[in-house]
Amino acid sequence: MAEIVLNNLAHSYLPNPESEQEFALRELTHRWKQGGAYALLGPSGCGKSTLLNIISGLLQPSQGQVLFDGNEVNELSPKERNIAQVFQFPVVYGGMTVFDNLAFPLRNIKAPKAQIKQKVQEVAELMELTDVLKKKANNLSADQKQKISMARGLVREDVSAILFDEPLTVIDPHLKWKLRRKLKQIHEQLNITMLYVTHDQLEAATFADEIAVMYQGKIVQFGTPQSLFEKPNHTFVGYFIGSPGMNFIPVSWEQGECRFGNQTVTLTEQQEAALNATPSTNLKIGIRPEFVQLATSQERIEHSLQAECIHIEDYGTYSLATLMLDEHKIIMRVEEGERIAIGHVSIHFPNESLKLYIDEYLAGEVVSE
Amino acid sequence: MNKTPNNKAWWLVLPVFLLVAFSALIPLMTVVNYSVQDIFDQNTAYFVGIEWYQEILQDERLRESLFRQFGFSFAVLAIEIPLGIFVALTMPKQGWQASVSLILLALPLLIPWNVVGTIWQVFARGDIGLFGWGLNSLGVDYNYTANSVDAWLTVLLMDVWHWTSLVALLCYSGLRAIPEAYYQAAQIDRASSWSIFRYIQMPKLKGVLVIAVLLRFMDSFMIYTEPFVLTGGGPGSSTTFLSQTLAQMAIGQFDLGPAAAFSLIYFLIVLLLSWLFFTTITHMDKDKS
Repeated sequence: MAEIVLNNLAHSYLPNPESEQEFALRELTHRWKQGGAYALLGPSGCGKSTLLNIISGLLQPSQGQVLFDGNEVNELSPKERNIAQVFQFPVVYGGMTVFDNLAFPLRNIKAPKAQIKQKVQEVAELMELTDVLKKKANNLSADQKQKISMARGLVREDVSAILFDEPLTVIDPHLKWKLRRKLKQIHEQLNITMLYVTHDQLEAATFADEIAVMYQGKIVQFGTPQSLFEKPNHTFVGYFIGSPGMNFIPVSWEQGECRFGNQTVTLTEQQEAALNATPSTNLKIGIRPEFVQLATSQERIEHSLQAECIHIEDYGTYSLATLMLDEHKIIMRVEEGERIAIGHVSIHFPNESLKLYIDEYLAGEVVSE
Repeated sequence: MNKTPNNKAWWLVLPVFLLVAFSALIPLMTVVNYSVQDIFDQNTAYFVGIEWYQEILQDERLRESLFRQFGFSFAVLAIEIPLGIFVALTMPKQGWQASVSLILLALPLLIPWNVVGTIWQVFARGDIGLFGWGLNSLGVDYNYTANSVDAWLTVLLMDVWHWTSLVALLCYSGLRAIPEAYYQAAQIDRASSWSIFRYIQMPKLKGVLVIAVLLRFMDSFMIYTEPFVLTGGGPGSSTTFLSQTLAQMAIGQFDLGPAAAFSLIYFLIVLLLSWLFFTTITHMDKDKS
């Protein structure tokens, strides 16, 4: 069990990387606390697996340090780091029985026989593999094999951390849900640091206490699922988390007015201050579909925006309306009680939910303790 | 859907039937026919029943030759299979080095059998052959034409040189087919190099090894040209293997009956051993119920 710290870590698969684009992992510093359940979330090719392999020691980083409980482990092999890792596709030792597969990591550390037997039984029960313990691993189905792979990651109790690299890819949806719960349970029981790589936000949110969202080799935001939803730190997080993702509208800042097309948006003081301070012209406002409101009351009408509703999709308990705000398309979530029709609508962006992004990063937020 | 019974469809099987008949059944039956007759010339033959079989099984020369053959095939497998695996494990995995070693390994396989025999016949000579001359100048008393142990070892060495590449290439392709994740998982599970070999590489190699062992067993069990060119079966009959004995009997002495009877026994031995080997290996994978 260990706290894992990454210090100025960066990695490139090329021997002499020249531009930032050639880095699979851009310089990052991060701390994973002992006993936490974390998810690394991001699209394919964002560097998730690279980061995982660097932590486990399968890959040497081009620069920076990996620290376990304050000790540098860069030079140590996965063996010496005492890491368990589960891979995306099932790895089973085909010639062996399921029992031998699960016992393999324990036999390699020369654990006493009685302990091996007890531990294997325990994990097999947890993963519902007891019935097949005597079978050859080769003859099982893909999801059974993946369960074996995962169980092998769980048999050693003294590991520094368990890393999961999209372990549920090959498993069918029903079982996926069950196994995710199981992992969560195991985490609560064993108090081991767990790092879970996935590109599925739901999977990340149900497994992890805190999620690191990765984009183009960087961790762009690290926080609870709620904070990722309410306060996306980067336009990518806004777009990637939530379904549908956040609406973004490019804006301009002229003479104290935030404008797009011929509409004006009211911002908070902090946001205006941030706009005054920046020379950048890459300015966007963002709002989640859930927070866009129909302008009905008098107060809202004063700050309302005029839009054209062009499409409504009914999902039963709510609908999603596509609105044209000048030439920008935005999505609005309409609850069951509210009414909306194709044609002209007045909408309103509540100040606390309207976010400002300068150069793709969140700006002008009230700093809260 | 209704199936229409149409017995004319049997005609569609006819080409295959003819092909198998002419390529295998009829020649085999000819041999069976010879084996139960005593043939003097084209028009004079007597039916003798199983007499030839009885005689063959008593024949001292054939029995010796059979034992020699088993010894040779066993030695070939015992050397070439482990050596081939070892070569495949040490070969470079990528880059130009991999291509070069692949080409070098493939070369011996491209040389015709009797050329291999000739190469080694010259190579192993004590007066002008590099190998024989080298051994002699190192003080080793080596002469494959006079000493039967030397002759035996030379034939064995020649076969190893010629065919280890086949085993190595098969194993190499098998090893390349193992996904990287297996090695990574093994590292994570703290497997030793021996465990990686025993539990990851060997099980994945099993398929190609079955083929390699079968091919090498059958080929070495039927070896003819190479020792024939190299030693002519001598000195004495120390390197006379089964097929050569058989050829002498059939063509040299024109003993068609006994030769045919022995061919069949020969064929059955190869078939039986291959079948035994194959079924044992394939049964090892099944679960004990």
